[in-house]
Amino acid sequence: MGPSIGVLALQGAFERHQRHLERLGARVIQVRRPEHLDGLHGIVIPGGESTTMSMLLESGGLFDSLAAAIDDGTAVLGTCAGMILLASAVLDGRDDQRHLDALDITVRRNGYGRQRQSFETDLTPSWPHGQASDAASSASSSAAMAGLSSEPLRAVFIRAPRVESWSDDVEVVAHWDGAPVLMRQGAVVAAAFHPELTRDDRVHRWFLGIVAEEVV
Amino acid sequence: MTDAESSKSSVAASTGGFPVKRGLAEMLKGGVIMDVVTAEQARIAEDAGACAVMALERVPADIRRDGGVARMSDPSMIEGIMEAVSVPVMAKARIGHFVEAQILEAMGVDFIDESEVLTPADEAHHIDKFAFDVPVVCGATNLGEALRRISEGAALIRSKGEAGTGNIVEAVRHLRSITGDVKRLTQADAAELFAAAKELGAPLGLVQEVAETGCLPVPLFCAGGIATPADAALAMQLGAEAVFVGSGIFKSDDPAPRARAIVEATTHFNDPEILIKVSRGLGAPMTGIEMDEINQRYAERGW
Repeated sequence: MGPSIGVLALQGAFERHQRHLERLGARVIQVRRPEHLDGLHGIVIPGGESTTMSMLLESGGLFDSLAAAIDDGTAVLGTCAGMILLASAVLDGRDDQRHLDALDITVRRNGYGRQRQSFETDLTPSWPHGQASDAASSASSSAAMAGLSSEPLRAVFIRAPRVESWSDDVEVVAHWDGAPVLMRQGAVVAAAFHPELTRDDRVHRWFLGIVAEEVV
Repeated sequence: MTDAESSKSSVAASTGGFPVKRGLAEMLKGGVIMDVVTAEQARIAEDAGACAVMALERVPADIRRDGGVARMSDPSMIEGIMEAVSVPVMAKARIGHFVEAQILEAMGVDFIDESEVLTPADEAHHIDKFAFDVPVVCGATNLGEALRRISEGAALIRSKGEAGTGNIVEAVRHLRSITGDVKRLTQADAAELFAAAKELGAPLGLVQEVAETGCLPVPLFCAGGIATPADAALAMQLGAEAVFVGSGIFKSDDPAPRARAIVEATTHFNDPEILIKVSRGLGAPMTGIEMDEINQRYAERGW
């Protein structure tokens, strides 16, 4: 049976993530209440409005449980607004906007501009093959990653956040215009774009590979 | 760097393509888009968790009361709202008034609403929405109308309802009509789809696509008449993927808590426990009017 992945379903493109993950064999739970986080192997924070999600995380009492689950090492994938929520510092956010401080990056909200500047392009990903350092988990992870080709990755950026600085602990898998747009730090994966909006499922397959590493 | 690599790194970014336009609509799902007439209201809406705001000079209830020709809002008023908030800002152009849409696009508005709430500028044609880099949303009362708007390039459809009434009955009628016809198409065989396209007055290709996928090719939101958290949850349970609230918030007694409650209800639309909690103590909603009391049906505008 596939891993149980919780998709934060407060607002945004969560059903698109769900479709990708289910096609890849995961069991998907829509997370709206703290108890929905129990027993998950991985969590996805989708794109949407980060201010809206932040408010709803707070009012629903989900913020602290989500932070705790990530602290405990549950793998997490954040896309666009999800990346903002994972960041350690946010520029041009609202004063009361909370973030999870799980990824050592500083992001600027709408860093590429308004909707008129939203764009699509091809990225050149360099997947971290054999990332798992210890022998025990390398078997499962390299199996999961074996299928990831380095073909161009079509990426859609919608009023996207821009990573302005990042620590050495952040491994950059793809850049655009001098800034990381796909990255990983431990079990935390983030994309400035929307892998859930295109048919290419490599980002989700990579994430499920990381989930498998963490479960071992 | 190999030749292949250098050519990849010089790949251009393209703006204004349909995936980018529909992409913003996808990001608004599960959210509430609120009508605001001042920067102050826009801030209240953002504080309450609005996923976007609609900047306009008068909410539909006031347009209805005042009568006369309703047009695109003053650019300086819209710009004031764009400066006040960080969420996407939408603004309305009249049906067929592509110059109003050009102005809104040049201002950097994030989404244009080709809206029946304003007085139509063209009695036969809608705006060619493919000509714009920013996405355009249109209203629809039935599936045929929705597919005609999509064939013109709409990146998002909202059921029209009857704006400015605070009465959900028309929104329910339009949502049920659209989703009911979608369901019927999925049951039709190939020959029946030709006849269905003719009856709907919609392009065959889109009719076939809906029959195959069981949903519209773009997101479907609900507008027109939402006044309470329960109204928003009703629209969501009937198949809307997000809601527009016009007069319902700022024509109520206490807009800020009502706005927040409608945001919560849109997220937790299937959770009666939470709906009880957020519905308590909101003060009076907008008064609202019955359909046989209104002199002008905005939903009839659009061709």
